[in-house]
Amino acid sequence: MSIPLPAFVAVPLIAAFLLPIFGKKGKAIATFLANLVTLSLLAMAVSSIGRTEVYEVGNWSIPLGINLVMDGLSSLLLLAISVVSAAAMLFSAKYMEQYTAKAKYLSLFLLMVAGMNGVVLSGDIFNLFVFLEIASLASYALVGFGCGPEELEASFKYMVMGSIGSIFILFAIALVYGNTGTLNMAYISKAIQDSGLNIGLTFALGLFITGFGLKAALVPFHAWLPDAHPSAPAPISAMLSGILIKTLGIYALTRVIFNVFGVSIEIGWLLVALALVSMIAGAFLAIGQWDIKRLMAYSSISQIGYVLLGLGLGATLIAKGANLAWASLAILGGLFHLVNHSVYKSLLFLTSGSVEMSTGTRQMKQMGGLAEKLPVTRAACTVASASIAGIPPFAGFWSKLILVIAAVQAHLYWVAAIIVFVSLCTLIMYLKVQRYVFLGELPDNLKQISEHKGSMSVAMVFLACLCVLMGFLLVPVLRTSILEPAVKVLTDGVSYSANVIEMAKEGVKI
Amino acid sequence: MPYALCFLLFMIGLYCAVVKKNMVKIVIGIMVMEYAVNLFLIMLGFRAGGEAPILDRTHLDAQTGQIASSFISHVVDPLPQALVLTAIVISLGSLALMISICIRTYSRYGTFDITEIRRLKG
Repeated sequence: MSIPLPAFVAVPLIAAFLLPIFGKKGKAIATFLANLVTLSLLAMAVSSIGRTEVYEVGNWSIPLGINLVMDGLSSLLLLAISVVSAAAMLFSAKYMEQYTAKAKYLSLFLLMVAGMNGVVLSGDIFNLFVFLEIASLASYALVGFGCGPEELEASFKYMVMGSIGSIFILFAIALVYGNTGTLNMAYISKAIQDSGLNIGLTFALGLFITGFGLKAALVPFHAWLPDAHPSAPAPISAMLSGILIKTLGIYALTRVIFNVFGVSIEIGWLLVALALVSMIAGAFLAIGQWDIKRLMAYSSISQIGYVLLGLGLGATLIAKGANLAWASLAILGGLFHLVNHSVYKSLLFLTSGSVEMSTGTRQMKQMGGLAEKLPVTRAACTVASASIAGIPPFAGFWSKLILVIAAVQAHLYWVAAIIVFVSLCTLIMYLKVQRYVFLGELPDNLKQISEHKGSMSVAMVFLACLCVLMGFLLVPVLRTSILEPAVKVLTDGVSYSANVIEMAKEGVKI
Repeated sequence: MPYALCFLLFMIGLYCAVVKKNMVKIVIGIMVMEYAVNLFLIMLGFRAGGEAPILDRTHLDAQTGQIASSFISHVVDPLPQALVLTAIVISLGSLALMISICIRTYSRYGTFDITEIRRLKG
């Protein structure tokens, strides 16, 4: 029996509203239930690999009703969301003991997961906006969860930028509705294919790129990320950097560009340009940082550039009508890097949380020699750093290699050179983390510290193992079942609409 | 023309949110933008001299029993109104959160001026 699609949203949503009932006394029960929910979501996501299905909510057939669409891209993103949220939730069990009101935290966490699952499943563009707002509002509150002066400042900054992004997206949706008369993504795509882009729709596309760009923290719109991600509690930083910016930003952007509006050469180059600027600026800004979480946040901006670069190169190649094999290679690189980055960046943020909890500081200048005090954290951090810098056996190497090959095949040798150069900068910044945090002299005031065992270590070891094993996603069996369906959704482009309408007609009515 | 005015309202809100130094004024600017978009959605569904999209017997064609084409061409589009209701509820939620963050920030810093609330940089 297959799980009905709304369960992915309904389960965390119901749990989110149930958990605050437990309050202070039932903290242990609430934590257990929240972990149960994220683990069962992981099981559900794994069991629904390879499913393609359209679910019509309330049995109203499209385009009248709202539909949920499960295809290769959605199931890839669902898998990434559930892996990261399961690890972050396990980590929070111990880590969030420092804060009061843990039940409220768990509730907001699950609300965010529900919103993200909704975004990746929704086939209706207004519904996508509603889920995006649910996830964003929960994340604004979580960034300011500590209620310290810095947290509040970061939260306000994030909220202002995020709200402006959301309003741009809503405005674009209104323009699309005015021009096509429907909100269903498949039917919008069909209407655009029939009538072509007019000025209103082009303006809407520009608003979509700005709005989702704000959510994804691409470089001209990145100002909120380096404040917001470090200020949040560590598991939330892991969620935000690991998966939120990808779901609300990159996924929604690619869905709208590839499947709804259709790719064109100009859009492809715009994406490549945004990606390159993000990669270079993010890497340069990261090297100069001394706050460990701030360094990682800037490196997220640089890494999100890699993901977008693969997708942008793919879009350019498809629009040029070049060999589809090279376009799908570029997209494969981008999506593979997305999954890799969500695993190792969340692992890095979890290790930074473990370091911060033991030492009480985030400044790298005040640390040193923690390698023997925090062995598990050190091992996990080394694995993640090697992976993000692209050291051969680890997953990060393979996705960067694919991107380089794709760039060379597109005869863009300078792009390939930039990819390698930024990779070198990444190596330098994570060597800096290793050098100043884990090696060198142990300061006197840190002689007494010890590592926090238990669920925190389990979460870190789990993600570190994944970092090593992710390279196996390129083995043919796994590649054809997980990565290639997602690539196919994007290379198929606007025939998405025909596929969805066809599937909805065939679908068994419940 | 109404669309241009609506866009102007949107721009005024954006200007207010980007330029102003007071946190509360920034929140007001964001809300003005939100209302401009809501207004735009409502105008999309508006039809001069239209009627409410409620079907009763008088709208059915006497001979065929089908819906009269005069009704279809006169009726107001109800979907944008449903969208605006949803958008208003969402913006209410985000307004409440923004204002509560403003209040907490004021109690920590003693000011609403964002040029003085600058501990995070780099």
